[in-house]
Amino acid sequence: MRELNQHVRSTLDVDLRSHSGKMEVEVRGLTRKVGDRILVDDVDVDFKRGEILAVAGPSGAGKSSFLRLLNRLDEPTGGTILIKGLDYREIEPARLRRQVGMVMQIPNLFSGSVRGNLLYGPAQRGETLTNGEVDELLVKVGLPGYDNRDVNTLSGGESQRVSLARTLANKPSVLLLDEPTSALDEESGRAIEQLILNLAGHAHITCIVVTHNALQAVRLAGRTMYMQDGKLITVGPTKEVLNEHHIV
Amino acid sequence: MSTTLFDDQVLTGLFQAAAAMILCLAVVILCRQFQVRIERETIVSLVRGLLQMSLVGLVLGLLLKGSLPIGALILIGMVVAAALTASRRFPELPYAFKISLCSVGAGGITAIGFMLLTRSIGSNITVLVPVGSMIIANSMNACAQAMERFKSDVFGHIGQIEAALCLGAAPDVSVSPFVQSSVYASLLPRLDMLKSLGLVWIPGVMAGMLVTGTSPLYAGIYQFVIVVMILVASGISGMVVTALMQRRAFSQAGQLLLRPSATRTPSPNRILARMFAAKSEPQPANS
Repeated sequence: MRELNQHVRSTLDVDLRSHSGKMEVEVRGLTRKVGDRILVDDVDVDFKRGEILAVAGPSGAGKSSFLRLLNRLDEPTGGTILIKGLDYREIEPARLRRQVGMVMQIPNLFSGSVRGNLLYGPAQRGETLTNGEVDELLVKVGLPGYDNRDVNTLSGGESQRVSLARTLANKPSVLLLDEPTSALDEESGRAIEQLILNLAGHAHITCIVVTHNALQAVRLAGRTMYMQDGKLITVGPTKEVLNEHHIV
Repeated sequence: MSTTLFDDQVLTGLFQAAAAMILCLAVVILCRQFQVRIERETIVSLVRGLLQMSLVGLVLGLLLKGSLPIGALILIGMVVAAALTASRRFPELPYAFKISLCSVGAGGITAIGFMLLTRSIGSNITVLVPVGSMIIANSMNACAQAMERFKSDVFGHIGQIEAALCLGAAPDVSVSPFVQSSVYASLLPRLDMLKSLGLVWIPGVMAGMLVTGTSPLYAGIYQFVIVVMILVASGISGMVVTALMQRRAFSQAGQLLLRPSATRTPSPNRILARMFAAKSEPQPANS
């Protein structure tokens, strides 16, 4: 575990050397309009390196749309995002998506083995993982010895953990998690939460977590941003924000 | 004129067409047992088909002694009509006609051009147009099948495609399995046609050649050439339309644009909702 943390940290240090002490992600007037509908409306927010920030709000508030914009899965119709000071539209999309990894609510694993899924990301840039690296990633997500398992034989919790390991194989500096535990039982959900805490605490990966679960936000996030109708209503310490909106 | 247009042969033909249409409508009515309601579409298609073929017969009769340029013009018209027909199945894709035209045109022109170059067909319009039309019609089917397969595969795997994009895959890599299945889907019916040639069906051109006294062996080989050219045209059409759809499926920033449209394409939820509504409150399909 410690070795993997050191490995992830050393990789990130290379990425962040030119950016020490600055905001990891700066969102500036981010807007997305589709037809007459405004999905994300003029959002300004900053994320610090290694912090966990929860995104809360009612259904249809624009939380997932916001996350998709951060990964550039959708194109903003206004505003932009600065990643380590650089306008993200100037970064090649594939490179950006490796650096800003995303774990979706549904794992969407590729058919085949767990190992095949873990190797997919690095293979896109002509790299591979050693057996040791695969093993380390699987230990990290609590699935040691699962490398040759067919993904069809995995439970929901196991699939989500493989999905997380697959994203970590790209060594991202920012991790976007769209309700990563909503489809899991309590125990599996807690394991994922612990993993997120480790990633932020030890590997200094910035984690932005969309959640409907107020208690999860309290357990995980130092800060929370509350969205409604696409707008960012409040951002601040998690308990204060949730109290303000009568969520806890 | 009226005596030449409506001689005994034509009246017999109309009688035969009417009998065929009645049987076809009976089958369509039987399809209602499977909740497939295509009566209106079939009637319109039958009437259109009869009128179109009658018109083609008249035009061919007038152009029997036409030259290659006239034949080429007719074939170009057929390519445009084929592209329109194929693209009508995809109203949600604003570029459907353009890519269908490129696809059918590429397949048709390659195969027909090759046959002209190798003198498999001459510039005689009575051969050029019917053989060309067979090739263009099959290109049209291949184009529509490839488009439908690619679209439905992408719609059914949006999560996986976006997961691949999120992991840094290039757009073409993220849809590569669906490109393969789309091209294969466009070729499969034509491959089956080639396999069953002479065993399950004897094509019309061969039958016509035999009637006119051509050597049966040559007629068989010639028909084989035509079916191979149909396969060539279909393969080209399938590949071209898939490549063009793949390119249009993503934005320049590698964002998936090919998605179900809420207004034009029924989503699985809407289809389910419609099915449940139909079960609880039976209503005519057209309502």
